[in-house]
Amino acid sequence: MTSPEAPEPLLRIAALTKRFGGFTALDNLSVDIRPGERFGLIGPNGSGKTTLINCISGAFRTEAGTVVFRGEDVTRLPPHLRTRRGIARSFQIPRPFKSMTVAENLMVAIDFATAANDFVPVAQRREAMMSILTQTGLASKADVSTTRLSQVELRKMELARAMATRPKLLISDEAMAGLSGAEVDEVLDLLMTLAGHDITVIMIEHIMQAVMRFSDRVMCLDAGRIIAIGVPDEVMANPRVQEAYLGT
Amino acid sequence: MNRSSLRFWIGAVLFLAAVVLLTQLIRNEYPFFAGYVILQFIVLAVAWSILGGYAGYVNFGTSAFFGVGVYTAVFLFKATGAPLAVQIAAAAIVGALLGFAVGLVTLRMQGIYFSIATIAMTIIIETTVTNWRYVGGAAGIQLQRPPVMPAFDTYVQMLFFVQALLVVLAVAIARYMQISWMGRGLQALKDDELAAECTGVPTLRLKVTACVISGALMCAAGAPGAMYLQYADPSSAFNLNYSISVLAMSLIGGTAHWIGPVIGAILLGTTQQLLTVTISSEVNVLVLGIMLVLFVVAAPEGLIGLFRRLVRIRTGGRA
Repeated sequence: MTSPEAPEPLLRIAALTKRFGGFTALDNLSVDIRPGERFGLIGPNGSGKTTLINCISGAFRTEAGTVVFRGEDVTRLPPHLRTRRGIARSFQIPRPFKSMTVAENLMVAIDFATAANDFVPVAQRREAMMSILTQTGLASKADVSTTRLSQVELRKMELARAMATRPKLLISDEAMAGLSGAEVDEVLDLLMTLAGHDITVIMIEHIMQAVMRFSDRVMCLDAGRIIAIGVPDEVMANPRVQEAYLGT
Repeated sequence: MNRSSLRFWIGAVLFLAAVVLLTQLIRNEYPFFAGYVILQFIVLAVAWSILGGYAGYVNFGTSAFFGVGVYTAVFLFKATGAPLAVQIAAAAIVGALLGFAVGLVTLRMQGIYFSIATIAMTIIIETTVTNWRYVGGAAGIQLQRPPVMPAFDTYVQMLFFVQALLVVLAVAIARYMQISWMGRGLQALKDDELAAECTGVPTLRLKVTACVISGALMCAAGAPGAMYLQYADPSSAFNLNYSISVLAMSLIGGTAHWIGPVIGAILLGTTQQLLTVTISSEVNVLVLGIMLVLFVVAAPEGLIGLFRRLVRIRTGGRA
């Protein structure tokens, strides 16, 4: 870090463009995410939020622009190498490893996401896995098949699996969509506790109270462009944001 | 070495000892002639399940790998008179290279597209060999077996033992892949490739590795085939029946555990041998088809899945 005003960004997205055929999903988008930040990402459906996440995590190749993570250009890296460098994500529609238990899902992350050269004994890896399950409130579900989990448990499992990769940047893609009020609070509290300990969180969410409570900074996308970025209150008060959401 | 590995290797040694003992005790050559085919199918089914079962990539190219194994042996034997061990080792290397090439080109495709690509590959390779004069072309080629090694009475008995060695090798590799970190990675990518990739699993590398190992074992299993029949021709070496039988054996046995394809191959291979002798070699294809349909409908996880379900019911529904 150089100075408190302008710390080295954890993630720098520069002039990123992603097209699907003739449709431009992300249009020359640039943003810096600071280390330790709680970053909210909002925007109407189809505005490019998940596309941006897919470009950061490597699921999509981009047409132009760069993704620089911790000073390293990761634009051309496949997803698993980005994961090993510290970028983890959850999915909008949960994607558990269905043939496995919750514990085994996490063990995939622990076995593969840590660098191959630092060998960690089995007992220690299991301990790490159990501590993440305890932190996410899933300890009692460790040996349950993921096909038997409820929706909120699946969301938590996705976050737990992402945490098991020991990320520096955790991206939560609508982890609260479709949950009840109490469940939203549960997941939000979980994200709050995960953020901080040297983990930066990008949260995509439609639930505004959650975004307002969670975020240090909010960015609003519309049609692949940033229409507002700043502290939550400012962004919400922005007429363009209100227009994009209410469609006036 | 843990207890389960110890038990496995003791089992493997006992199996090989029994095979040697049989070759010393039984004078009639027919049991070995038939048994060889069953052992060969065990190797093929176990090899198939490494990619088809663990990774979930359904390979219809078993006959391509098998045929390439046969013809690697034919070529080496004709060109240099290389001994059997060299033929098999060379076939394994060629199979690994072919697996690597096929893997790199086709494993980026998913699901049905990969399967279709493997059928296309079979046709391309078969056509090439059919037009290759040196190894006999479409008419096939006759081969004269060299003298048998002193420990065995006949060449077929020796081939039976060699194929038994390949069974142990194939099962040991498949078992290692299942219980090691690779197995967990393959299982993860079988469940969900993108989620696996985003959890740190190098999916392409794992798939290509599985394809290389699977291909090497299939080619190795095919290599002794030339000496077994003393004859090779493209339409039988590349016969699509190999692909279908092996797929059926793996699926009927179940691919969640290495023992599945072994059981499937013994069961179906024995049935096929019996039917071929008692009725006709055409009926066994029919029986294969019927069994495959029955299993896909009634027990999609194969015998292994059926067994696990029974155990679960008996233990009172605990997972």
